[in-house]
Amino acid sequence: MHELAVTESLLAIVIQFAEENKASKVTDITLSIGALSSIVDDSVQFYWNHVSKDTIAEEAKLHFNRIPAKLRCLDCETEFILEDELVPCPNCDSIHLNIIAGEEFQIDFIEILKTEDNEHETTS
Amino acid sequence: MKQRVEIVKKILDSNDQLAEQNRKKLDEYQVFAINVMASPGAGKTTFIVQTIKNLPEGLRLAVIEGDTAPVTIDADKITAAGMTAVQINTGGECHLDANMVGLALDQLDLDETDFLLIENVGNLICPASFKLGNHANILISSIPEGDDKPYKYPNIYRNLDVLIINKIDLLPYLDFRMDYFREGIEMLNPGLKTFAVSSKTGEGFQDWIEWLIAKVRTTQA
Repeated sequence: MHELAVTESLLAIVIQFAEENKASKVTDITLSIGALSSIVDDSVQFYWNHVSKDTIAEEAKLHFNRIPAKLRCLDCETEFILEDELVPCPNCDSIHLNIIAGEEFQIDFIEILKTEDNEHETTS
Repeated sequence: MKQRVEIVKKILDSNDQLAEQNRKKLDEYQVFAINVMASPGAGKTTFIVQTIKNLPEGLRLAVIEGDTAPVTIDADKITAAGMTAVQINTGGECHLDANMVGLALDQLDLDETDFLLIENVGNLICPASFKLGNHANILISSIPEGDDKPYKYPNIYRNLDVLIINKIDLLPYLDFRMDYFREGIEMLNPGLKTFAVSSKTGEGFQDWIEWLIAKVRTTQA
């Protein structure tokens, strides 16, 4: 639901790193999004097309690396992937669980073209 | 040729940094700040007003009211109860962020404040993702919302310091399985401090107020 704010934040980081690296264009952006981060990637993509307009990151492709929610039982140490609803440990039924993955929400890397590459591309 | 630039940065990093600044300011003025979250209609404002009624003489509270629309209904109730309120209109946004709270802090006289309640926008999803710089996160969960909420909105329960179970005066009239509800909470946040209250009748407020006073005193020590 708050994907607009999130997408604006994403754009700010992308542009900052692109400028620091003297990019003329950002072509690809790879994100890691955990299943528990409550971010809907379709929605981020939708807002992205709007907020990135007229920036060097316009039309950059978003790649989502979806990370499933993984829990570890604190009683029997069984690790299991959470499908949708929260459930007790499938092995011992314990409710003492620890989340070990699935909360990620980060930008991993971007792919850019540098000024000279771009000039080369357009002149050749 | 394409060049790859490694970033590995949390997307909400800039919000987190602003939250850090808010926290520093609050610490500097020794103001204990609580982020109050809940779904719409859980009774956030009534809870705050009842809290004000039960406060010992001399404890000064300020409230930041987050609302999606420019209506001051909630802020007016706080002012009527004799405390300071600053209204933030989020312009339709579903959550408060650290920047909005920072602007509201500028409007408050923190020297004259012992503790701060930040009433977040009524929503069980978005507020969980945005740090504000407060010291404690509390969620008000009310009986009519049903006993399955921890299972449906796990995120918001995970980073809580206190859970308020509100509207317990309605328990005789509704099929709310307290054991099932508490078991979900225990899975997400083992040992979470909970207070069962009725903001309408004032039942259960004594323990909550004691907890609050202890926290405020520790911050000022």
